Amino acid sequence: MSCCAPAAEEALLLTGGAPKGPSREEMALSSRVLPGGVRQIDLSVPGIHCGGCMANIESGLGKLDGIEYARVNLSTKRVSVRWRDDAGVPAIVDTLAKLGYESHLFEQGADEKDETLAELIRGLGIAGFAAANIMLLSVSVWSGAEDATRDLFHWISALIALPALAYSGRIFFRSAWGALRNGRTNMDVPISIGVLLAYGMSLYETANSGPHAYFDASASLLFFLLIGRTLDHVMRERARVAVKGLARLAARGATVLYPDGSNAYLPVGDIKPGMQIMLAAGERVPVDARVVKGRSELDCAIVSGESDPVAVEPGAVLRAGTLNLTGPLTIEATAVAEDSFLAEMLRLMEAAESGRSGYRRIADRASALYAPVVHLTAFLAFLGWIAISGDAYLAITIAIAVLIITCPCALGLAVPIVQVAAARRLFENGIMVKDGSAMERLAEIDTVVFDKTGTLTLGMPRLTNARDVPAAALSLASAIAVHSRHPISRALADAAVGTGKWTFDAVEEVPGFGLEARRGNDVYRLGRAEWALHGKSNTASGTILSKNGAPQAEFRFEDQLRAGAAAAIAQLKDKGIEVEILSGDRAEAVANVASALGVDKAKAGVLPSGKVERLEQLKAEGRKVLMVGDGLNDAPALAAAHVSIAPASAADIGRSAADFVFLRESLSAIPLTLATSKEANRLIRQNLVLAVMYNAIAVPIALLGYVTPLVAALAMSGSSVIVIANGLRLGTGRAARSDKPAEPSPAFPSKEAIAS
Amino acid sequence: MTGLIFLLPIALFLGALGLAAFLWSLKSGQYEDMDGAAERILVDDD
Repeated sequence: MSCCAPAAEEALLLTGGAPKGPSREEMALSSRVLPGGVRQIDLSVPGIHCGGCMANIESGLGKLDGIEYARVNLSTKRVSVRWRDDAGVPAIVDTLAKLGYESHLFEQGADEKDETLAELIRGLGIAGFAAANIMLLSVSVWSGAEDATRDLFHWISALIALPALAYSGRIFFRSAWGALRNGRTNMDVPISIGVLLAYGMSLYETANSGPHAYFDASASLLFFLLIGRTLDHVMRERARVAVKGLARLAARGATVLYPDGSNAYLPVGDIKPGMQIMLAAGERVPVDARVVKGRSELDCAIVSGESDPVAVEPGAVLRAGTLNLTGPLTIEATAVAEDSFLAEMLRLMEAAESGRSGYRRIADRASALYAPVVHLTAFLAFLGWIAISGDAYLAITIAIAVLIITCPCALGLAVPIVQVAAARRLFENGIMVKDGSAMERLAEIDTVVFDKTGTLTLGMPRLTNARDVPAAALSLASAIAVHSRHPISRALADAAVGTGKWTFDAVEEVPGFGLEARRGNDVYRLGRAEWALHGKSNTASGTILSKNGAPQAEFRFEDQLRAGAAAAIAQLKDKGIEVEILSGDRAEAVANVASALGVDKAKAGVLPSGKVERLEQLKAEGRKVLMVGDGLNDAPALAAAHVSIAPASAADIGRSAADFVFLRESLSAIPLTLATSKEANRLIRQNLVLAVMYNAIAVPIALLGYVTPLVAALAMSGSSVIVIANGLRLGTGRAARSDKPAEPSPAFPSKEAIAS
Repeated sequence: MTGLIFLLPIALFLGALGLAAFLWSLKSGQYEDMDGAAERILVDDD
């Protein structure tokens, strides 16, 4: 299959000789034990995209020793593998890498079955069966079945509707009961009352051989509403699965070195202060620690927002979550996992979330107005007809007819249908929506606060003076740089082509300084100026390539802005939205980015708590803030903001705190999300108006006592169809206008993929 | 009228059969990988 080839090349390039994906120890730790000495693990493999990939992976893994079962799920892009425990962990990740697929573990608990969805679909099946069969019987009643036949049909309808109500209806009854118990109302309260009263009254009518029974109304109402609810759930679940499939950036365990010289791989939770840990290059620091032995550089971008790697030596303090880049380290844990930096961020997040004012969804606000009005109208109808006719039976029948006809079928569909259509459009553009209310909140914002490193920028340096460097020196430098995972080496390796002609006798990485390569009698050094030039001149500040101590070329680097960053900010400003930057990085780096993007308000060196404070200050000024950030240090701010967006490369907790996650590199996702949310909100309001108009026509008819089951069925399905059609306008036509390239963009190069 | 006595049960039985088939297919995981199932039919595994 041709579609698999590019992915394979890409993965080989990225592999760069270093092992990729989770280690065997980590896999053993996160696998499940099944009966019969078999272990199972589910891996996320984002590169799977066709049947060919599926066949390749399944046959490739199937050939390995000890593998009992390997099955690819194309929808979720996951591989489920079972192996016999006695043989040890097979080389699953290496095999996948050889086939050209990057694989990783995903968040714990993500492989649980989705019980809610199963319940919704079963409920939908039963309600659908009931609605269809009752409708068949109802049509024959409407077409003139009389007397005994009609009564028989009504009794059968009652029998069919009962399980539908009991099974499918409980989803609504449960939620309505929960709301009522807390003294609130929601959309499910009028739905439940309407459905139950319709059934109760029809039962009474049937027992008394009455002509009108509303069994079809109660069953089809449940069916229609469950469709809306299921679609809503499926959309959110899809986003949730896609977000969970992203690589975990937190370490699951670490190799602990015991005083007697032995070592063992322990889960992060079992690491105690004072334990010594071996941290290889490319691993993340599991808990807060201090360096005991070794030199290296650490990528702190995701933790503190600093864009430049930080050099560490014995005695340096490390924060959990930072990535060890160049040399192996021996570190001593100074805190248990629960007291580490990550846990501190979680506490800040909880505090921030509790301060977030409870947002009430549009549907809930609408139903808070709607339910009392409807119930009052029905009650007044009852009183009015008692006064006019003095017939209690007639008055009750009319009051219940009012409740049935106003049962918010259209209202219940008005919001989810639009949000499902909007979420689908965003999904196609690589943006995951966690929650429908997020779109409602996003439409309200007037301020956007950006983090810098990893959000406005990619958090990766890029070579800026490639034109000034002789081509030969550049290709030589990049041939050396290929041997390192340091971000600057990666940038050099990416910048040049034709590195194949260089071969070296030896390449060695000197942590904290650079790379040294030997070729015949020549010694090349690539790295810090004073080291590369053997301490001679140090006027140059950038990265130097030297041959036997003589400078050959100087390279300058700059953190690369995300594609579309400038355009996205200009678009936001055009819409009258204020833009601000809050970063934990150095003032100079922040000022550069701010001026490049034309942002006036920028703050550097902000601590995580400082970001939350700034958001609270903005909130106190009455502003609705959208926070866009990726780091661990942004997570509390993401939780505190009115609404938040994170890129796919964000830290695990940042991704779970954010309302939206965008998977592609370009920041144009932000104006697109904003525009889609605004349009969705407009359509939701239109739909609510349509629903109110329907009631304005239908309620008087019901009040006058002209509603029969046939009228109710026509009116309710008519209004639902109108609302659905209006909601689906969002999905069609406009989608083609988006300024995105049509072809699916390659998986976003996460920092992890580039660093390891 | 007499026709209804056997036609109605037949209609309901067939409907219930369809519902049971749907619930069974749901339970046996046939809806878990919709995209994969579409592709698997094209793969020869011998």
